[in-house]
Order: sequence, then C-alpha cells, then structure tokens
Amino acid sequence: MSTTDMNTASIVDEEELRYARAEKREKIAKWVLPVVVIALAVFLWDRMVVWNDIPHYILPGPGLVLETLIQDWGMLSDALIVTLKITLAALAVAVIGGVGLAILFTQSRYFEMSFYPFAVILQVTPVVSIAPLIFIYVDSRIAGLLLCAWIVAFFPILSNTTLGLNSTDHNLRDLYKIYGATRWQRLRYLQLPTALPYFLGGLRIAGGLSLIGAVVAEYVAGTGGIGSGLAFRILEAGYRLNIPRMFAALLLIAATGVVIFTAASLLSHALLHKWHESAIKRES
Amino acid sequence: MTLPSSIPPMGQRDKLLEMSNVDKVFGGNVVALKDMNLTVNQGDFISLLGPSGCGKSTALRLISGLMRPTSGHINWEGGQKTGDLGVVFQEPTLMPWATVEQNVWLPFRLRGKSIADVQDEIMWALKMVGLEKFQKSYPRELSGGMKMRVSIARSLVTEPRLILMDEPFAALDEITRHKLNNDLLELRDKLKCTVIFVTHSVFESVFLSDRIVVMAARPGRVSSEVTVDAPYPRTEEFRTSADYAELCRKASEALHGAMNEHGARASA
Repeated sequence: MSTTDMNTASIVDEEELRYARAEKREKIAKWVLPVVVIALAVFLWDRMVVWNDIPHYILPGPGLVLETLIQDWGMLSDALIVTLKITLAALAVAVIGGVGLAILFTQSRYFEMSFYPFAVILQVTPVVSIAPLIFIYVDSRIAGLLLCAWIVAFFPILSNTTLGLNSTDHNLRDLYKIYGATRWQRLRYLQLPTALPYFLGGLRIAGGLSLIGAVVAEYVAGTGGIGSGLAFRILEAGYRLNIPRMFAALLLIAATGVVIFTAASLLSHALLHKWHESAIKRES
Repeated sequence: MTLPSSIPPMGQRDKLLEMSNVDKVFGGNVVALKDMNLTVNQGDFISLLGPSGCGKSTALRLISGLMRPTSGHINWEGGQKTGDLGVVFQEPTLMPWATVEQNVWLPFRLRGKSIADVQDEIMWALKMVGLEKFQKSYPRELSGGMKMRVSIARSLVTEPRLILMDEPFAALDEITRHKLNNDLLELRDKLKCTVIFVTHSVFESVFLSDRIVVMAARPGRVSSEVTVDAPYPRTEEFRTSADYAELCRKASEALHGAMNEHGARASA
C-alpha cells in the first residue's frame, strides 16, 4: 500500500479489468462450489438408495436420516450437549495446560529437558489403548473422559506454542536486553505475541482432536444411561440395528467438528488479520 | 532537553566513552577483537569501516553491553544508565503486531511508562523522521525505508547519549540509502547526538562521519583512523565535490592498507 501510486489509480487497463473479473468469479465460486458438490453428493446418495432398493437397516437415505434426526432430537440433543461439554472442557484444559507448559519450557531449559519426553510419550501412545486403564483408575466417568480428550488435544498446542515462543527475532531479543527488559516483560511483550500465530495453528488442530478424543473415550467407557454422549448413542443404535439413528448421530458429530474448526479459524482471523502474513491478502 | 547550540569542533569535545585495551575471544581461541582502543567524544559521528570479520559488529555489541570484553574496559563518563543507548540494526527489527507508535513506545514501555505518558516524546521522534502521519500504521503497510525510519525513531525516543547503528541502510536501494543518509545528517545536526555507525561502504562512511575508524580482520583490530574534515551540513553537493572524491580516495587507501596488513599482527 504505497502512497505514491495514487495518481495512476484512475487509469484502468484491460488486464486489470480481467484480473478484477477473475477475482469476483473466485469469490462466488468459493461459496457456491462446495455447496453444489455437497448437494450433488447427497442427491446421489439418495438416488443410489432408491434405485438399488437398499434397505434402511443397511443404508438409510438422507431423507430418513433427517427424519430420524428430528424425531430423536430430544435424545440426540442431550447426547450432543454431553459430548460438546466434554470436548470444550478438554479443549479449554488443553489450552491452559499446553500454553502453561510451553511457557515453563521456555523459562527453563532443564524443565523442558525433563518433561518434554513425557509429553511425547503421552502423545504417541494411542488414546484407545490408555483409555481402559484410565477408566479403571479414575472413578468419575466425566473426569476419565476429560482426561482422555485432554491427552489427545494438548500436544499440538504445547508443541506449537513452544515453537512460537522460541521463534522470536534475535535482534528484537537483543533490543529488549539493551533496554533492560525483565523476563516477564520479554515474555509478555515479545514472546507471547510472536507465539500467537503458532498457538492458533495448534488450536485449530486441537479443536478437532479434542472432539475425536471425547468420542473415542466414550466408546471405550461404553456405559450408557443418562448423561451419555453421541458416541454411546451410536454404539447403542448399532446394537439395535437402528442405522438411521447412527447416521443422525454421526451427522451431529461431523457438524460439531466443522463448527469447532470454523470457530477456531474465525478467532485466528480476528486476532491476526491486521498484521500476520497468513491472514493478509496479497495485492498482486 | 537542553541541546548545545552546535557541536564543538573535534578536539574540543567532552569525552563520552572510552574503550581501553579491549579484547574479545570466542571459544578460547577465536580472536574477534584484539586490543581495541577508542575514545568516543560527545558529538562524534564515528564510522567503523572494514571488511567482514574485522570485529566491527563485535565492537558494537561490546559497547551495547550485549557482550562483555574478555579483557580490557569500556567506561562511560558518569556511568551508563538505561536509555543512554539507542540501537538501529541492519533490519528494521519492528514488532509486526504493534503499530508504529507502539513500536516507538517500546523503550519507555520496558521502563513501565504508559503510552499516554510519553505520547509527546513518541510524536516528537516520529516527526524527526517524518512519519508523524503513520503513527497508527502497521509495519507491513510501510516501505523498507519507512520501516528503517521507525527503527531510527525508536532509537531516538529516549534521547540517548549514544546511538549505535549496525549497517542500517545496507539492505536498502541506493536512492533510499542516499535519502536516509541526508536525513540522518539533518537529524544529527538538530539533535547534536553522538553516533557510531558500522558500514562496509567507503562512500557512506565519508559522507556521514567526521571520524572513520578503519578496521582489519583476523584478528579484528583497529588499523588506522581517517579524519573527515569536511564541514557540516553536508548536502547532495558534497557528494559530487572534489573534496568528497579526495576523502573517499584517502579512506579507500586506508581500507586497502588494512586489508594488506592481513594477518601481519596475527602471529605477533
């Protein structure tokens, strides 16, 4: 955005017009194309079911899934709220734990050396294999679920934030030193803002992972009754061969994942659009 | 702040800082700087000129306090306080998430002063570099030269006793560089500030400084000093004058002398 090319702004040539048209087309396509493709997929799904006379206990049509969703809304929405609560709580704890640990890591090399391997071990051990143990040792079912989801979700936040905190410009670090900045000032004014884009990248991954963690943990926990989440509803519906309800619950889980991802992306854009490369549209 | 009405001629200036017998050795055997002696007087514009590896950046880091000398002393007249020093690096080194005024605020912010308290100082510094209209802009919205100006404003804002510049214009194009050279001299004329300027351009060092300290490499050391006795203010006319050409020749010769004595004292 230079101030010198103001006087040439009135002259618009053919190439520029073509460029503007292409940009406009792309803007519309960005929304229309995904919608059309999804609509087409749903339509094909419906036709496949109808044309091949597939019974609904093998593959229900989209209409039936929607009907089930509305019919079972009372039960499914309760389950959705349970899953959502665990997912969001796990994500919140992952953010606090991940960022907190990352800050401790950058404050002390020895702390990082001591505990980073632990974090890696937790990350690489599949949660499905730890979950049964957790449910043996932890009495509270909610606490167990939360723990499982947290184990899956916190690592991307930890590793991204640590990377970000260590990525400060070395000249800026020198400058802070020359001006006599305290550790706390350096962390607050320099390291945390530098780490923000990295953290937000981690948050986007962790959002999806905490949902996966919550669902997997529910599968393993397996106990039903009041206060059970979407994953248990899927299991239960499977035992009863209520395939449409399985699909309805699946639809809700997928939708939840999309909403979490979108929310994280919007947050990222809101915080970064003024200054960070990733959020700035190139002008040429 | 009470500024002196003009910079006294060389030889009549008060001492500001003295480096005596400063050595810097890395890893026990790499001698980055050997026996450096330099007296910096108030109002001096000193260029450190030399090939890469001559220790000019090391000298700057020692003066800035980022490194301690292996042996020898660096003494400030009256002791050094925070805010006595302004620094400009080769890159603008701005915080991209902060606006221009927030970047200039930094030295004060680190001393616990709110931006409202030092608004006058910030605006004064931005006016000095001609960017008072860009206080709310983000660095990405500025050109390379403008970013450098913000960086200079930040180094000025505390009215430091000494400004260190480490090849600040090396990454800029020739035209912007000339412009910033002129503006820097104008600033110096207004503020009567003391500057140590690291460069590897003979032309830049002659145009800007009244003292050129020529350095030699392996080990890094002071080779000779060239006095540039052309009067200030220096303008574009000076750039094309015979005096300038002659001074550049003198500085070039000193630089070549430094390059040829390569290693001569290394074995001594």
